[in-house]
Amino acid sequence: MLSADQVKPGAQAVLSRADFDHLITVLQAEGYDVIGPTVDNGAVVYQEIDNAGALPEGVASRQAAGRYRLEKRADNALFGYIAGAQSWRPYLFQPSRTVWRAEKSGDELSFTEPEEPAPKMAFLGMRACELAAIELQDRVFMNGDAPDPDYAARRSGALFIAVNCGEAGETCFCVSMDTGPKVTRGHDLVLTELIAPDAHDFLVEIETEAGAEIARKLPLRAAEPQEVGRADAILAETAQSMGRALDTNGLKEILQDNQDAPQWGDVAERCLSCANCTLVCPTCFCNTTEDVTALDGESAERRQRWASCFNLDFSYLHGGPVRPSVEARYRQWMTHKLAHWIDQFGDSGCVGCGRCISWCPASIDITEEAAALRRHAEEADNGEN
Amino acid sequence: MTAVSAQTDPYRPQVWRIVEKQMETADTATLALEPKDRANAMPFEPGQFNMLYAFGGGEVPISISGDPRETGRIIHTIRAVGSVTRPLIAHERGALVGLRGPFGAGWPVEAARGKDLLIIAGGLGLAPLRPAILDALHRRSAFQRIVILYGAKDPDSLLFLGDIADWRGRPDVGFDVTVDRAGQDWHGNIGVILRLIKAAHFDPANAVAFICGPEVMMRLAADELMARDLPQDSIYVSLERNMKCAFARCGHCQFGPHFVCKDGPVFRLDRIRALLQTPEI
Amino acid sequence: MVKIKPLEDIIRSHAFFDGLTPDISSLIAGCARNVRFKAGEMIYRLGDAADTFYVVRHGRVALEMPAAGKALCVETLDGGDILNASWLVPPYTCRFDARAVDDTRAIAFDAVCLRQKCDADSAVGYDLMKRFVPVMVERLTHARIQAMDLYAGGSTAQ
Ligand SMILES: Cc1cc2nc3c(=O)[nH]c(=O)nc-3n(C[C@H](O)[C@H](O)[C@H](O)COP(=O)(O)OP(=O)(O)OC[C@H]3O[C@@H](n4cnc5c(N)ncnc54)[C@H](O)[C@@H]3O)c2cc1C
Ligand code: SF4
Ligand code: SF4
Ligand code: FES
Repeated sequence: MLSADQVKPGAQAVLSRADFDHLITVLQAEGYDVIGPTVDNGAVVYQEIDNAGALPEGVASRQAAGRYRLEKRADNALFGYIAGAQSWRPYLFQPSRTVWRAEKSGDELSFTEPEEPAPKMAFLGMRACELAAIELQDRVFMNGDAPDPDYAARRSGALFIAVNCGEAGETCFCVSMDTGPKVTRGHDLVLTELIAPDAHDFLVEIETEAGAEIARKLPLRAAEPQEVGRADAILAETAQSMGRALDTNGLKEILQDNQDAPQWGDVAERCLSCANCTLVCPTCFCNTTEDVTALDGESAERRQRWASCFNLDFSYLHGGPVRPSVEARYRQWMTHKLAHWIDQFGDSGCVGCGRCISWCPASIDITEEAAALRRHAEEADNGEN
Repeated sequence: MTAVSAQTDPYRPQVWRIVEKQMETADTATLALEPKDRANAMPFEPGQFNMLYAFGGGEVPISISGDPRETGRIIHTIRAVGSVTRPLIAHERGALVGLRGPFGAGWPVEAARGKDLLIIAGGLGLAPLRPAILDALHRRSAFQRIVILYGAKDPDSLLFLGDIADWRGRPDVGFDVTVDRAGQDWHGNIGVILRLIKAAHFDPANAVAFICGPEVMMRLAADELMARDLPQDSIYVSLERNMKCAFARCGHCQFGPHFVCKDGPVFRLDRIRALLQTPEI
Repeated sequence: MVKIKPLEDIIRSHAFFDGLTPDISSLIAGCARNVRFKAGEMIYRLGDAADTFYVVRHGRVALEMPAAGKALCVETLDGGDILNASWLVPPYTCRFDARAVDDTRAIAFDAVCLRQKCDADSAVGYDLMKRFVPVMVERLTHARIQAMDLYAGGSTAQ
C-alpha cells in the first residue's frame, strides 16, 4: 500500500481489478453520481452506474461507416470498447432544460430561474478525445463574461476519471486531430487497463488534487517500472492502429475557399439531413430556445434544447430559411466543424472520435468528404498552373 | 452546487415598460421603453440591437432606433411580420416587455470622422441607421458632407417623417428619398436607390458608407458605390440572421466564420464580400 | 444683349452626349430644339406617336401608367436623363404617360429627322446606339430590381 502523502498529483500507482469496486464506492461516498459506460440496447452508453458490475466487461464495439455493433472480447477488459455511442455531452450541456419561468400578473412581470442544484458527477471512463471535446465546449459555454450558468455549475462540480484507449476503432482518427489516444489534460485521474494472462490491473495516474483525494481512499500499490512501460507500449500501439486519418494540413483554407465545389452537391445526394451526426458529435453546441405559455396565460417558460444546423428552421428568417438546400446545410456543418471553429474558438471543432461516421445512416464519412474536397482543390490549383 | 448567480444569467431579460407608442406605418410601430427598475439606464452604440421578449410569444432581435445620447429610454421600431413582432407592437402604452442587450458591433461612426459620411437605407433599414445619423448630426462639424439616401416601397411606408422633414430642411445634410411606386401626389423620386447613389455628391477617396436594408439591396448599393470608386473597406453593411442567444452560443446566426450577433451585425464589406456572394451561406 | 448659348453647345454639355464629336453634334442639332414644360404639364401620353426624343436638362418628369381614375408612377427622370425610348423602336408608340412634376427644361429631337440621320450615316447611328443601349440596359435592370419588391419583406433582411 502507498502512504497518503505519496498519493498526490503527478504520482503513479496501481489498482487491481479485484479492488475496482472500491473506486465506485469511494466516489459514491464522496457524494458523486457516478456516470460510466454500460451496455444498453446494443450499444455502450454512459449512464449512472451503481457498481462495477454495470461496466461493459468483456465487451468490444466494432464500428464502420454507418455501422456499430457489440461483440465479445477474448478477455475481461472493463474498458475494451471504443468510445461510447453518445458522448458525455448530455451531462454537461443538457439536451433540454428550462432556462427561466416568467410570471405575469397585473403590473408585474418577473423572470426566475429554476432552483435545481446541479448534480455532482464523476465521469468514469472518459477517453482523450472526449476530454478534448469538453475542453472545446468549455470555450463555447464558459467564455466571455457571461458563462452559461447551468453548464458552468455542472462542469465545475464534475470529476473526470479518464481511461487511455487500449485499442483504436475503425472510425477513430484522434491522432490526426491531435487529441489522443493518450490522455494528457483535462482529467483528474487517468487509468490504463493492463491485462496479462495472470493479472488484471489499472495503472492510475493522478493529475489533480481532486483526483488525489479519491485516490488516497483506494487500496493502491506502487507502480512497477515495467507496468508504466506496458502502458506506454499500449498507447503507442493504439496510436499506430487508427482506423481513419484526416489530413488537416491547410484544410481550413481548402474548406473556406471551396464553398462552391461540386463535392457539396455530391454529398447532398447521399445525405438524408437526419441530423444524427450533430446529435452524436461531442462538440456540437447549437441550441435553440422555445417560449411556451401555460394555459392560464399568466405564466410562461423558456426552454432551451439542442438544435441542429441540418434542420430547416435553424436558419429561418421571415420569408424562409437561409439554407434551404441539403447541400448548403451539409456544407455548413462540415465547414463549421473543421474550419470556422478555428476562427471562432481557436481549434478545430472535430476531435476525431468517429461517431458521426458510425452513426450516419448514409455511411457518409467526414474524413472521406474532406479528402475529396482536398483532391478537388488540388486539381483546381494544378489547373491554374 | 447551485447555479451561478441568477443575476449573471445571460438569458434572463430585464423588465422594461412601453412608455410611448407611435404607429409609423400600417404595420410598423416605434416603441419607447423605460426600465421598470429605474436603475437600468442603458448606454448603447449606434447599430446595436436588443432581444425583445413579448410575454409568452417569444424573443426576437430588434435594432435600437433611438438617440444614443438618450440612455434613459430605449427606442425600437418594429415591423409586425410574425408570431413575436405582432404581439410586440400590439402592446399598449404601459405594457411590460422583456429586454436583453445591447448586443453586437455597431456602426463605426468614428471611422467617418473628417470624411464624407454616406448613409444608405432601404425600407426598415433606416431604423438601425437612425442612431448613427443622430449621433453624426450631434457633432456635425466632425464630418465633411453627410449624405442620407433612403429607398422605400411607397410614400406610405416611409418611416420617421419628422426626421425626414428635419434632414431635408438642413443645408448641411444631403438628403434624398426614392420610392418604388407612388401616386401623382408624390413629388419625389421614383426608382431604385441606385440612381440616388449614382448621383450623390461625395469624395470617394475620403468617404465612409453605412448601408442597411434587404441583403440584395445592400449588395447592389455596395456595387454602385464601388463603381464610383469607393473602396470596399470604406463600406459597412448590417446583416440579419436568425438569432436565439445573441452572444455567440446558440449557433443560429452564423455567417461563415462570423457570429452575426457578436462579430456583427455591422460588418466591413471587404471582410464578408465573398460570403455575401455565395448562395445559402 | 444676353448671349444665347448655341443649341449645339447645350447638346454637347449634356451628360448623355458626353464626348460627342463636333461633326455629329452639329448634324443632330439640326433635329433639335429647346423645350420647357410647366409643373403638371403632360409631355406625351401612352399611345401617342413617339415622334420626339428628349434629353432632360433640368427638372423632373414622371413616367406614369394611367389606371382607372388615377395614375401610378413607375419612375422619375431628372436632369441628365433621356426620355421616350420608343423613338427608336417600331411601331414608334409611347409606352407611358410622361408628365412634368417640376418645371422642366429639355432638348427635344425630332424622331423622324434623327432616324433619317442615323440611317444615312451608320457612324452617327452607331455612336448614338452606344450611348442609348447602356442607359436602356441600366433602366431594365432597375425596373427588374423594382419588380422584386425588395422592401416588402418582414424585416431588413429579405
Ligand atoms: C440584428 C437584427 C436586427 C433587427 N432589427 C429589426 C428592427 O429594428 N425592426 C424590425 O422590425 N425587425 C428587426 N429585425 C428582424 C426581426 O428580428 C424579425 O422580423 C423577427 O425575428 C421576426 O419574428 P416573428 O416571430 O415576428 O416572425 P416569424 O416569421 O413568426 O418568425 C419566427 C422566428 O424566426 C426567426 N426570424 C424570423 N425572421 C427573422 C429575421 N428577419 N431575423 C432574425 N430572426 C428571424 C425568429 O426566431 C422568429 O421568432 C432584426 C433582426 C436582426 C437579426
Ligand atoms: S465531427 Fe465526427 S469525428 Fe469529429 S468530433 Fe464530431 S462526431 Fe467526432
Ligand atoms: S451526414 Fe449522415 S448523419 Fe449527418 S445529417 Fe447527413 S445523413 Fe444524417
Ligand atoms: S444568436 Fe446565438 S450564436 Fe448568434
